[in-house]
Amino acid sequence: MAVIIFLVIAALLVAGGFLMSFFWATNDGQFDDTYTPSVRILFDDEKPAENHKPL
Amino acid sequence: MTLNETKIACYHCGDDCTGNPIVLEDKHFCCHGCKTVYEILQDNNLCSYYDLNQHAGVSLKSANFNGKFDYLTDEKIQAQLLDFQSKTIHKVTLFIPAIHCSSCVWLLENFHKIQVGIFTARLNFLRKELSLSYDPSKVNLQTIVELLATLGYEPLINLQSAEHAPKQNKVQRRLILQIGVVGFCMGNVMLLSFPEYFKLDLNTITDATYQGFFLYLNFLLSLPVFFFGASDYLKGAIISIKENVRKKTNVLSVDIPIALGISALFVRSTFETFVNHSAGYWDSLAGLVFFLLTGKWVQQVTYNYLSFERNYKSYFPLAVKVNDGYKNVSALQKGDIIAIHHQELIPADSLLLSERAYIDYSFVTGESEPIKKEKGELIYAGGRLIGEKVNLAVQKKVSQSYLTELWNNDAFKKEKKTPAIDLANAFSKYFTYITLAIALVTGIYWHFVEPALVWTSVTAVLMVACPCALTLSLPFTMNTTMGFFGRNKFFVKNQNVIQSMTEINAIVFDKTGTLTENKNGYLHFENGKLSEQEKQQISALAAQSVHPLSKMIHQYLVGVGKATVSYFNEIKGMGIEGIVEGGLIRLGNTEFIGLTNGRVEASQVHVEINHEYRGYFTIKSAYRKNWKEVLKQLQANFRMALVSGDNAEEKENLNPYFDKNRLLFNQKPQDKLDFIRKEQQAGYRVLMIGDGLNDAGALRQSNVGIALSEDVQAFSPACDAILDASNFARLTDFLQFSKTALGIVKASFLLSLVYNFIGIGWAVSGQLSPVMAAIFMPLSSLSVVLFAVGMTYLFARLKKLI
Repeated sequence: MAVIIFLVIAALLVAGGFLMSFFWATNDGQFDDTYTPSVRILFDDEKPAENHKPL
Repeated sequence: MTLNETKIACYHCGDDCTGNPIVLEDKHFCCHGCKTVYEILQDNNLCSYYDLNQHAGVSLKSANFNGKFDYLTDEKIQAQLLDFQSKTIHKVTLFIPAIHCSSCVWLLENFHKIQVGIFTARLNFLRKELSLSYDPSKVNLQTIVELLATLGYEPLINLQSAEHAPKQNKVQRRLILQIGVVGFCMGNVMLLSFPEYFKLDLNTITDATYQGFFLYLNFLLSLPVFFFGASDYLKGAIISIKENVRKKTNVLSVDIPIALGISALFVRSTFETFVNHSAGYWDSLAGLVFFLLTGKWVQQVTYNYLSFERNYKSYFPLAVKVNDGYKNVSALQKGDIIAIHHQELIPADSLLLSERAYIDYSFVTGESEPIKKEKGELIYAGGRLIGEKVNLAVQKKVSQSYLTELWNNDAFKKEKKTPAIDLANAFSKYFTYITLAIALVTGIYWHFVEPALVWTSVTAVLMVACPCALTLSLPFTMNTTMGFFGRNKFFVKNQNVIQSMTEINAIVFDKTGTLTENKNGYLHFENGKLSEQEKQQISALAAQSVHPLSKMIHQYLVGVGKATVSYFNEIKGMGIEGIVEGGLIRLGNTEFIGLTNGRVEASQVHVEINHEYRGYFTIKSAYRKNWKEVLKQLQANFRMALVSGDNAEEKENLNPYFDKNRLLFNQKPQDKLDFIRKEQQAGYRVLMIGDGLNDAGALRQSNVGIALSEDVQAFSPACDAILDASNFARLTDFLQFSKTALGIVKASFLLSLVYNFIGIGWAVSGQLSPVMAAIFMPLSSLSVVLFAVGMTYLFARLKKLI
């Protein structure tokens, strides 16, 4: 039954990894601006240049 | 309906193309500026700009920035703006007020496609800040700024741009990290505590091993909760105790009972874990800290896209032309010769070297009409030049000028006073003492009855009495209130302001721009009457000129019929004359007409017909809609006063609403500040409503300073709240609702006290088990929060705030 102890530790390590990535994200400034990304994600990819008419 | 009658919307900005639209391909543009932007975007294949939002552009009709950004060529001035610079890369953050839609985000983040040398462009939409990094060998700052201005996104650069304000981000990030870490620990601790809840029987050796393992793991997981998550409360409590010991204050910060509770939980749980080898209250501890931090986060929420901290530096230009170079305005010395152009601000008190100048002081003094200055006269800083370029000799440093001296006043040096009674702290004083007393009595009682229970019951009392629910109800109620105010375009700086609002008993108004509107002035003809025919003649003549006053006159006289102009002459800065239907009409200032009496007032247009003086047109500012009702409502409950920088012309209109002694005109900014201070010394708590720089001192000195603004994004002086002018009429509702909110907070205090009594009841009898605490403590917190938010919502509904 020692497997449960092993599992708990493993689970904590995995979760700890995510906690680390949360630290990284926060210090990287991902939570500084929570609005603009919601606008940014709506942009389509570049249109092909067919409507480009030189003047 | 013919084609001419349909309105044609500009393809770029959506404005009505009056007059002659410029047509390119099948698209119409209202002005050349808009067309240019379209061409630039088309050249760079960026026309999806128009697909994201129709008419996304910013109108460029009134844009004129020729030479405005020349000072950016100066290396020293450039360096003050840059966030970072090396040989290969420069980084700069620009504030762009015109940003308004997703197209703006898209275009500006694709800026590198328009301009070579740009590495990255990143936009913060709410703050309206564009962060750019670029290659200084390929492009310079001036080119970038000018291109942005051409596109309609003119960056706002002023004296304050050079001061890189410490970012709020660090505090915010620490709190987010604390919440994250404590949340993580809380989840795991609760999970590991589950077996304990279901009473694992410890008969087998395996189960006992597990129990021990879970216990020690819980202890480890609680260390970051106590030492990182709760650190601010512990520190706050220690500081507050120290201050009390040194007799600096007799206020017990609310941090003390909280820290007491947290420490009791930690010590008792550690004891249980290591001495009794039984479950501690780890889950309660983690949950408690998590709730506290969430409340703190809610408390910090503010409108970070609005600025409440502006001083004169936000209005003053960054640099000014001195001799042949440019100089940072704050480095100006006595004797420097500066050149100022049309619409630019005079940065320092200086002598006029040119022949004459018209200075618009409306923003500084509240006086609505531009003032004429002659050669050799002293011009005070803060005025805006109207008309031709002038040269000035600086007399005083910027920080010592007549206007900016206001900011040297004590009122600006002190932190602004918080509400007289800080609810949570006032409460905590009694709370702490009562809790300690109960703990003491309990301890003494069990000492004689059952000595084994002393330790458990005393710690249980301290644990359960922790005023968590109490500290949560205040931020959540106030935050909800702030949100409802915001929906009604009343933006308060922080939660303290709402508390201060409840204590107000006197209100001081500014006139120009506050009771009256800033924009919609209306024209009025005084000192005489004009016949229909004369009106026709004047209208026809005025139509010939592009001067704003001529345009206003033409619009004022609209519908009087047409007349032919056979001669027309305009003398710049003076007036116009012409022969209309055989009559000689002259329109202009006093000098032009040849009047000797009276000073030159730029907003007056005098009329002479066939060498006979007929009177003058003058611009009057209109009062805000419903201003009378608002004043009447307020009059009933508050001591009212009006301090205006303008002349006493409007006294008659205002008399009914103000006491004679408190209806003051021709007040300087310093006078306004002093007036507020005098009222406060007489024991009143004053609300000041103003709009301009001239009110800055008064707004600062007052208990609550509200800046009224027709565009909340545009600048307003440092204040506690910004009210959109369109909702001026709701002022009384806001004041009333702040009191309602305070009532709700008090009600939820009572509710949480009830919980505390129940909890303490268990605690004194020594019955508080870890499971009970784990269920009871979060439940009481949650229900108090729900009560507070729900009641606020309900009352906002009743008062029609939503």
